Amino acid sequence: MQVNFTPTIVAFCCNWCSYAGADLSGTNRLQYPANVKIIRIPCSCRLNPMFILRAFQRGADGVILCGCHPGDCHYTTGNYYARRRMTLLFSLLDYLGIERERTRVEWISAAEGAKFAATMAEFTETIRALGENRRLEDLRCKQM
Amino acid sequence: MGRIGVFVCWCGSNIAATVDVKAVAETLGREPGVVYAADYQYMCSEAGQNLLVQAIGQYKLTGVVICSCSPRMHEATFRKAAARAGLNPYLVEIANIREQCSWIHKDRQVATEKAIILGRAAIAKVQLNAPLTAGQSPVTKRALVIGGGIAGIQTALDIAEAGFPVDIVEKEPTIGGKMAQIDKTFPTLDCAACILTPKMVDAAQNENIDILAYAQVEKVEGFVGNFTVTIRHKARYVDPAKCTGCGLCTEKCPQKRVPNAFNLGLDNRRAIYIPFAQAVPKIATIDPAYCTKLNTGKCGVCAKVCTAGAIDYQQTDRLEQRQYGAIVAATGFQPISLEKFGEYAYQQSPDVVTSLEFERLMNAAGPTGGTLLRPSDGKHPHTLVFVQCVGSRCQGDGRGKTYCSKICCMYTAKHAMLCREKYPDTEVYVFYIDVRTPGKNFDEFYRRAVEEYGVHYIKGQVGKVVPQNGVLKVQASDLLENRQLHIDADMVILATAMEPDPTARALATQLTASMDTNDFFTEAHPKLRPVESPTAGVFLSGACQGPKDIPDTVAQAGAAAAKVIGLLVKDHLTCNPCVAKPDELMCNGCSACAQVCPYGAITYVDKDFRGPNRTTLRRRVAQVNPAVCQGCGACTVTCPSGAMDLLGFSNRQILAEVDAICK
Repeated sequence: MQVNFTPTIVAFCCNWCSYAGADLSGTNRLQYPANVKIIRIPCSCRLNPMFILRAFQRGADGVILCGCHPGDCHYTTGNYYARRRMTLLFSLLDYLGIERERTRVEWISAAEGAKFAATMAEFTETIRALGENRRLEDLRCKQM
Repeated sequence: MGRIGVFVCWCGSNIAATVDVKAVAETLGREPGVVYAADYQYMCSEAGQNLLVQAIGQYKLTGVVICSCSPRMHEATFRKAAARAGLNPYLVEIANIREQCSWIHKDRQVATEKAIILGRAAIAKVQLNAPLTAGQSPVTKRALVIGGGIAGIQTALDIAEAGFPVDIVEKEPTIGGKMAQIDKTFPTLDCAACILTPKMVDAAQNENIDILAYAQVEKVEGFVGNFTVTIRHKARYVDPAKCTGCGLCTEKCPQKRVPNAFNLGLDNRRAIYIPFAQAVPKIATIDPAYCTKLNTGKCGVCAKVCTAGAIDYQQTDRLEQRQYGAIVAATGFQPISLEKFGEYAYQQSPDVVTSLEFERLMNAAGPTGGTLLRPSDGKHPHTLVFVQCVGSRCQGDGRGKTYCSKICCMYTAKHAMLCREKYPDTEVYVFYIDVRTPGKNFDEFYRRAVEEYGVHYIKGQVGKVVPQNGVLKVQASDLLENRQLHIDADMVILATAMEPDPTARALATQLTASMDTNDFFTEAHPKLRPVESPTAGVFLSGACQGPKDIPDTVAQAGAAAAKVIGLLVKDHLTCNPCVAKPDELMCNGCSACAQVCPYGAITYVDKDFRGPNRTTLRRRVAQVNPAVCQGCGACTVTCPSGAMDLLGFSNRQILAEVDAICK
């Protein structure tokens, strides 16, 4: 493992719960590592599993999808679709030999700023321990 | 490649203290496609917006990135400003460098680097933004208020006053809610019924208000301006059109042993009942759990005595669909269950009561006719102990609530004062953690209780209440005197914490409105949008949003009504233009997208396409109704041919953000 490894982590957050939860952890000044960069999507069901593969291809070391708690989706059922799709993606990643811990799904509500910060801190530590993502990274992309 | 302008906001020192805004503007200014980059103290101020407007004109910008606070805060502000400058508002992107950067990182270098990456991602996205035009959807000019307590009644009255029809759905047989059970109100000590019941009558007589009592919301479909709500009218076994409310049946019913829910079980009522004398609507209701006729088929006394012939044992629940433009949640609160608080002996002794039960015992229309009598033996109590914060402000032990229930200090002061006034021979003790009296004339009221009425306020908690030989042995500590107290009390009154009504959770799911960890409805913004839910078209009134006293509830009810009126006066609403859009050339009409759409926004049409050798092919392709689509994006991922995309959050846009972050 590298000494000064700063992982790149992409967090996809649904607009209604988790993105608001991330905002709340900011409003409450709850710190979490700067490695986490958030991309706002309308709903967790907007996340095409392809986006996660693309992130890994471009050198992300971990990807986390955050959505509303089951039953609380703004669009009623979006997070259920996301959950099924991610289950499929997990089996694909297993098949490819990618560590399961690199990808995660968390349900974080708009009121759970503390949970957001804690989850991101813990996820960053997990990725730091796993080390760099080499298997899926496409080095050709780095030369651009 | 577009012509992008980047604006980095200082937000005073909120961003500038931890992010080197000049370096961010400079670095992002060198990004490909960026033709202008600037930083400014407050981009959201008028001067900041003018800077944006001028730059759009001067540099002929085709896209704008604002590095500032959360888009949930000021996205609309900057979109409007861009529109003023003639730029399509959907060509504006926000990089959230306050909530998601400057506020959570202390290290200046780390925060600056992250801000640059977030800015780059926004630039990459805005390069691919397309100008979008919002469509319009019609507004159904009718409102639904769920809950008929003082919050719901006031909201409905205000909406009706503005000329819009409004329905109140109330799960109990009468409107009135908790306020109808209360004896007197603080800090004026005027009688609750005297100010509530005229409002109930007003609501009943207002031609714009339709009271649907003994009914529940079964299902909510649709979206702001166009909700379709299924309402379950529970069977009363009484025809509301025929019942005159004479009350003869409630006197003749032989089933006398039914706990009276309105008096919190302190006395009994009959199986057919009218909750209280001023009930609105004044219609009898049969309690199916206790009615002998419904359970055994024998009896039928009420049908025999009813001169109007209103009794109908065959009645069943009836479902009805109605259309609404706006929905107000006013589901209110209930006192928490005390089963986890065994030390107060609430379950063992009838003389230990909650404050709401005490209201009934003091109420002239209550089970004792307004004379304070011990529930156990009907004798006059001499020593009363009030315990505050029962279940409120509980830290960590998981038995109660962590929050302050807000009203208990004041109603306990009221109870203590009323006891001393009516019965000067009583000794009244109040145990408190803190006395919290923020509010107009509140502290003066509390001080009167202590100074004029001689109520003994003791800072400390009651550790145990033991019923023994007809008295309640109260063990408590006095923190200021640092000593243990033993008081022989005749009655103990528990200021029980308030929690949201248990129906609120299921309702929130139906409305797709969010809730906090205590099951209170979440407001769209805690300071600036306190009566709106984050779900468009859903508004909040009263204690379902958080603990509130009556003046606060009425104020919020009026505010919610104002928001509803503001919505209903519009003939059309501007839709969200970020909707799904199929690529007809790629679509093969497989129906996968329509199956996942929660709104039924996708239909299929047969269209002619040019085939090889000048032939015409007729194919079935998906079509999205932009007025119905809410833009969740479920269909975009489901589509096996990748034909469906989401405007504003397209595959290419999100991938561009991913690439920019991972670079």
